[in-house]
Amino acid sequence: MLRYLRLLGVQFRASLAVAMQYRVEFVVEGLLGLFWAFWSLVPLLVLFQHRPSVAGWSFPEALVVIGWFALMKGVLEGAVNPSLQSVVEHIRKGTLDFVLLKPADAQFLVSTAKFEPWRVIDLAGALAIFGWAFHLLGRWPTPGHVAASLLLLACAAWILYSLWILVVSAAFFVVKVDNLSFLFSSIFDAARWPASVFRGAWRLVFTFVVPLALMTTYPAEALLGRLAPGRGLSALAGAAAFGWFARVVWTRSIRRYTSASS
Amino acid sequence: MLRSLRALPTLLRVGLAEAVAYRAEFLVWLLSTNMPLVMLALWTAVAREAPVGRFGQRDFVAYYLATLFVRLMTGAWVIWELNMEIRQGTLAFRLLRPVHPLLAYACENVAAMPLRLAISTPVVALLVVTAGSHLTRDPLLLALFPLTVIGGWLITFLAMAVIGALAFWVESATSLFDLWLGLFGVFSGYLVPLELFPRWVGATARILPFRYMLGFPVELLVGLVDRRRALLELAVQWTWVAALLFLALGAWRAGARRFAAYGG
Repeated sequence: MLRYLRLLGVQFRASLAVAMQYRVEFVVEGLLGLFWAFWSLVPLLVLFQHRPSVAGWSFPEALVVIGWFALMKGVLEGAVNPSLQSVVEHIRKGTLDFVLLKPADAQFLVSTAKFEPWRVIDLAGALAIFGWAFHLLGRWPTPGHVAASLLLLACAAWILYSLWILVVSAAFFVVKVDNLSFLFSSIFDAARWPASVFRGAWRLVFTFVVPLALMTTYPAEALLGRLAPGRGLSALAGAAAFGWFARVVWTRSIRRYTSASS
Repeated sequence: MLRSLRALPTLLRVGLAEAVAYRAEFLVWLLSTNMPLVMLALWTAVAREAPVGRFGQRDFVAYYLATLFVRLMTGAWVIWELNMEIRQGTLAFRLLRPVHPLLAYACENVAAMPLRLAISTPVVALLVVTAGSHLTRDPLLLALFPLTVIGGWLITFLAMAVIGALAFWVESATSLFDLWLGLFGVFSGYLVPLELFPRWVGATARILPFRYMLGFPVELLVGLVDRRRALLELAVQWTWVAALLFLALGAWRAGARRFAAYGG
């Protein structure tokens, strides 16, 4: 356990060193990230120009969801995407062998291979959005609600990561998958809306197949203090189940993997 | 020129073969065009209580299904190919061929058209069944529609070629393209029909190229523009096509020279 933590530290420092070499890019990409955080508000602004509330969500409440969306997008693009993008590259070139031969868990190694530290700026964007939302609401979340939402954030990140592992496992079967990450982010885009806006088939898909509701709506509800404890617990169980499922699929896929040279 | 024309059928055949060979990738690419469906779900839910502007539930269905169709037909992916080929230097092979690389890329894109049509057929069927009465009946507009779709594809493709050609000079042409995509999302009517924005956004969109890549054909099909306006905007659309063609050819001439210079 301690060994893995140390390993994580090493990998992270390496990424930081790489990122610091390109300082201009660091700043430019960071600023772009902020720009996107606010650009993603546009459809929301249009929507609430025509309605005071949608599916039981007022404008400031929906803003909280967007805040979580910005935060999760930062997690996705800063910690999950870059590493797993490199797995896809490994699979295509057949160099995954080098990773598999190392004396540590392969899933751990590939998922911590690369970070993009400048994504912390997304965190600032998300905090600004939260600040604005609660300023409009005229109240602030209690420490208990913050703690609950942070717990759900951890679940959300875990689900996101598990989903990504599933996507990457698909790369073992379909070789040319450069655009799988595209598909993934295009689906993730729907997470910027409160899940209760969607009805029928979409709601089922976004709750059970791609649990977007768990990723942004639940943490937002927790922060607003309107999440029922039962649903919070089901989110925890859901995250655990997803993680387990992803792990099973990953080990199966690894077993199927034959390097390009053999 | 004549030589390029003679190569066309072969290029198209190769393109189709590639599209069929990378079926999975093609499918993934198509599936990632799911945004109109999400927005469809969102806005019809909003319009359930009362129409938004002049959009009722059915209008939103018509609008977003038409959006999905036009998007499927006009999509291009040349920028990622370009970026990779310039970085890895494999573009050299294309430059050696006697056909202009842009023409070759365009052929690969056009060749996937039968596949795209096959995939969009259900969308069109759904559109006609669920919201057929909201489509325009004007024969002139219906005749113009294919022309606007072709124009939309040309703008999409050529803009990608221009931004992609920047990779000859700068490292981060793709993050520049991300910026383009973000502007596209808002100003093309892809996310939200332009009518629902404050008036000045719509006015700005009529000048920028984004609306002519998507929003214009869609609005024409669902009967949001009248004849006079349609003809006027068609002219604007094709002016953009001409301008971007000019830019793309210029950027390519300059870029290819530079590429040869550092490729040795």
